[in-house]
Amino acid sequence: MKKICLTVVGMYLMLLHAFAQTTKDTTTFKPRKLKLDEINLVSSYYTQDGNHSSVQGGIGSEKVTDLANGLEVKWVGWDAKERKNTLTAGLGIDYHTAASQAYISKTGASRRTDGMRIYPSLDWTRENEKKGTSFSLGAYYSNEFNYRSLGASAGGTMKNKRNGEWGLKLSAYFDQVKLIFPSEFEPPYSSGGSGRDEEDHPDYGSSPRQTYTASFSYSQIINKRLQASLLLDVVDQHGYLGLPFHRVYFPDGSDAVERLPSTRFKLPVGLRLNYFLGDRVILRSYYRYYMDDWGIRSHTASLEVPVKITPFFSVSPFYRYYTQTAADYFAPYAQHGKTDTYYSSNYALSSFSSNFFGAGIRLSPPKGLFSTHLSSLELRYGHYTQTTDLVSDVISLHLQFK
Amino acid sequence: MRHSNFRWWPAVFALALAFQACSTVKEYQKNRLNDSEMSLSSRKVEKNELNFQSYREGAAGANGGKTGGGCGCN
Repeated sequence: MKKICLTVVGMYLMLLHAFAQTTKDTTTFKPRKLKLDEINLVSSYYTQDGNHSSVQGGIGSEKVTDLANGLEVKWVGWDAKERKNTLTAGLGIDYHTAASQAYISKTGASRRTDGMRIYPSLDWTRENEKKGTSFSLGAYYSNEFNYRSLGASAGGTMKNKRNGEWGLKLSAYFDQVKLIFPSEFEPPYSSGGSGRDEEDHPDYGSSPRQTYTASFSYSQIINKRLQASLLLDVVDQHGYLGLPFHRVYFPDGSDAVERLPSTRFKLPVGLRLNYFLGDRVILRSYYRYYMDDWGIRSHTASLEVPVKITPFFSVSPFYRYYTQTAADYFAPYAQHGKTDTYYSSNYALSSFSSNFFGAGIRLSPPKGLFSTHLSSLELRYGHYTQTTDLVSDVISLHLQFK
Repeated sequence: MRHSNFRWWPAVFALALAFQACSTVKEYQKNRLNDSEMSLSSRKVEKNELNFQSYREGAAGANGGKTGGGCGCN
């Protein structure tokens, strides 16, 4: 135990001393190699409960816990043409437990009720501060027991002479959905163990899913206290867009795997407006309208009000309201017709409203917390409720080291 | 997709054009705008919240977060 404590303290001290002080030479410009600039750690603990599990056709426990962790390391350098290069490496590790996973087996006997997702990422941005332009490339990977994803992106931004900035980002994800069907739809197999558990399955098939997104943005400084941005995503998805272990029940008691269209077109539009009120209060507002060709129409509105208690300590209460109409293919438990072409009882596609409220605190003294490289600490809690009776809580911590 | 939903598009474009008519703010006048809490992007601490919301709701995107794909969620 003493060795573990000393090791953890040693690792923390190594992290604090990982930064070299840099100052830009303002007399004669010299290119500078990439140097460590910033490290961000974000951890969240999420817990939810409800009684409309998709695995059981719209009934049953939706109890889930999730511990999500993200590490982001940023290096910055300048090349001979005075362009700023930023390389950001990210690593996410999520661990979740889900009560509904036990019911992938019809009897609730599935041994696997947890899972882990690992998702590294790499982003590179080249910024020309003189021209006000930037160009970026990104690569992403994600792996969990039932899903694998490879993604890439390319983007650019351009400033105009009136304090505005245009942005465009194109991204694509090429995914494989592992076909883990509910047990009553799997043929018996034997490779040791119980013979009917996904742990013992010799070889699952998989089905592809592709997602293509074009993200447009325009941000504008309106006056000395007010700035806004407009965001538009055009999203096109193809392939296996449901999940193979989601059931649908029919009025006669029989069941099937949910069946959804193999294409989906989404169009969300968002507007952010941030206003500095007086000397201590900021109003951060957001609105989004969303539509897709599955029939969902939704509105999202949120307001966050950071209050600066001191210049380096702020408290931020927030509230978010969301409402959506149901997808054309959704129906509750045992209400789908057997002759329907598409059917799902996933309550994320149902008609509902939700409220999300909470508060956060932020500490960011100029010389770092406790005079260390820990430049900023944020802690945030939120409580979420849906009219479907889903309830969740999330607490998040962000540590920034410079 | 129902065509009646495109009625709000002219308002969006008008808003975008309106941004073009804003006053010029000089660099030395940007002290409030440059405050980290005035940033027009989501806070890093919100990242996982945005993910959880996209898993439990039908909508996603236009917030710098997920739009679809990349994980075993709809």
